[in-house]
Amino acid sequence: MADKTSYKDIFFNPFSKDNPVIVQVLGICSALAVTAKMEPALVMGISVIAVLAFSNVIISLLRNTIPTNIRIIVQLVVVAALVIIVNQLLIAYAYDVSKQLSVFVSLIITNCILMGRLEAFAMGNKPWPAFLDGVGNGIGYAMVLLIVAFFRELLGSGTLFGFQVVPQCFYDAGYANNGLMILPPMALLVVACIIWVHRSINKDLQEK
Amino acid sequence: MKALKKLLDKARPAFEEGGKLHAFRSVYEGMDTFLFTPSETSASGVHIHDSMDSKRTMIIVICALLPCLLFGMYNTGYQHWLACGATEFPFWTLLLYGFLAVLPRIVVSYVVGLGIEFTVAQWRKEEIQEGFLVTGILIPMICPIETPLWMIAVATAISVIFVKEVFGGTGYNIFNVALVTRAVLFFSYPAKMSGDGVFVSLSPMLGIGGQAPDGFTGATPLGEVAASGATSHAELAQAITGINGEPISGWDMFLGLIPGSFGETSMICILLGGLLLLMAGIASWRIILSAFAGASLMAWIAHLTATPTYPASFLTVGEQLCLGGFAFAAVFMATDPVTACRTNVGKYIYGFLIGVVAILIRTYNNGYPEGAMLAVLLMNALAPLIDWCVVEANVRRRLKRAKA
Repeated sequence: MADKTSYKDIFFNPFSKDNPVIVQVLGICSALAVTAKMEPALVMGISVIAVLAFSNVIISLLRNTIPTNIRIIVQLVVVAALVIIVNQLLIAYAYDVSKQLSVFVSLIITNCILMGRLEAFAMGNKPWPAFLDGVGNGIGYAMVLLIVAFFRELLGSGTLFGFQVVPQCFYDAGYANNGLMILPPMALLVVACIIWVHRSINKDLQEK
Repeated sequence: MKALKKLLDKARPAFEEGGKLHAFRSVYEGMDTFLFTPSETSASGVHIHDSMDSKRTMIIVICALLPCLLFGMYNTGYQHWLACGATEFPFWTLLLYGFLAVLPRIVVSYVVGLGIEFTVAQWRKEEIQEGFLVTGILIPMICPIETPLWMIAVATAISVIFVKEVFGGTGYNIFNVALVTRAVLFFSYPAKMSGDGVFVSLSPMLGIGGQAPDGFTGATPLGEVAASGATSHAELAQAITGINGEPISGWDMFLGLIPGSFGETSMICILLGGLLLLMAGIASWRIILSAFAGASLMAWIAHLTATPTYPASFLTVGEQLCLGGFAFAAVFMATDPVTACRTNVGKYIYGFLIGVVAILIRTYNNGYPEGAMLAVLLMNALAPLIDWCVVEANVRRRLKRAKA
């Protein structure tokens, strides 16, 4: 696989054409849960990039020694170990955000994007392309998360990264934050809109 | 009429392919077919045309809504006069006040909804559907009179785009568009959609009416019930007061002279409208009947097992049916032929569950004083499943008969 597609494609395809969230529709659960604000979405995105990149590298290194019938367990152990490290780092250095993210960092273990990349890519490729693939997919995921969080925080709380963006005079004139934006259903609608826009631009992705 | 027809026919070439105003072709078509029966006939095959087309259906529904609309105007004025402490209630002035209060809301809902509908129709090169005619008038009727106009605009846009147009327009929506508009409003701006400050219009309209005193509150009867903490029906009757502080009689509840969303308060007008819908054969009597049966049953059970934890459980069956938006939802929302069940058995189940769920939410969730909206939306989602089960059961029964 690695010799057919260039490193550039491996890294950049997940941004748009092979985006894990809006094209493969994986990892939706966490995309709904952590995108009410920009900050947790950013931290979550970085965490997934880190876990995905390193687990891809580790599995890729081990790929020839893992017996096929227990490969899922081995992958899980690797991912779980990395997730615990990330979680502990967050608790140590970004306690507030880790509180907000609560269980969703631990739940990176069950994120379909990870298992998907490990199974589909890392098991059959050398460490360097596997690393690029992990970072690329992680960024693809983080990008969507940040776009969703941008609209949800702006319209739902009137802030971005916690800073007041909508000026007070708007509120005085009768503007009100949209409470529905904070609730998960709206995240689904925002993701749907992104998919809508994305597929109208990339006509080859449209199902017949 | 002839002059109008001539004018339209003269304007036609400009809207045809290549004409100057081609971009507005769907608007022209819409106006033309709205005003006159089109002369075109189907070019191929045999088609049976019913005189009861969707345009006529929609217009009859509008007529059925008129009593509620007019009463809503009067009631808006009446509640406003009460809030200002008036003792005389000049009929026409009250009606004019209510008319002025609701007119901008109707205009906003039509302009936004029809604007989106026209744009989409033009974009997809389709004809304009009549579906929004009814939705547009329903939206102001199920919202509190003090809902800000821009909120109605935003919610209408969200609802028309995501509930109707993305599914393919009129006739393809899963959920009732007007109710989703209300749900969007309710969850987006809870402060403006519930509580005791939004159901009564407080300021003068074009110099008509007065200014209600500062800090005035006027909760709906169901809102008062949820907040009362009553421990018996007698206490509850004390808690349900009009906005002038006097207890509301059963007759007032039936007549609808109580605070509430604009068009939903009057049982008597709803029944009038329902009668028209039934006589015209538009609404399904199965749904209406079973909805009232379900609600009565649930209200009766709740009343039998009344507890102080849920004050609304002390309400009698009659009060449960008259108060809040249940009756309006059962007659005008549940019977929406697009989102309801199609099979007759399914209609019974669908209506019955709407009644049960509406009273269940209203009674056993003090956070939601009214559950009719959520009940209808929930059953909208389940309607295809009910239909599927009914059809499957029928198939199985006939298979068994064929084997025997």
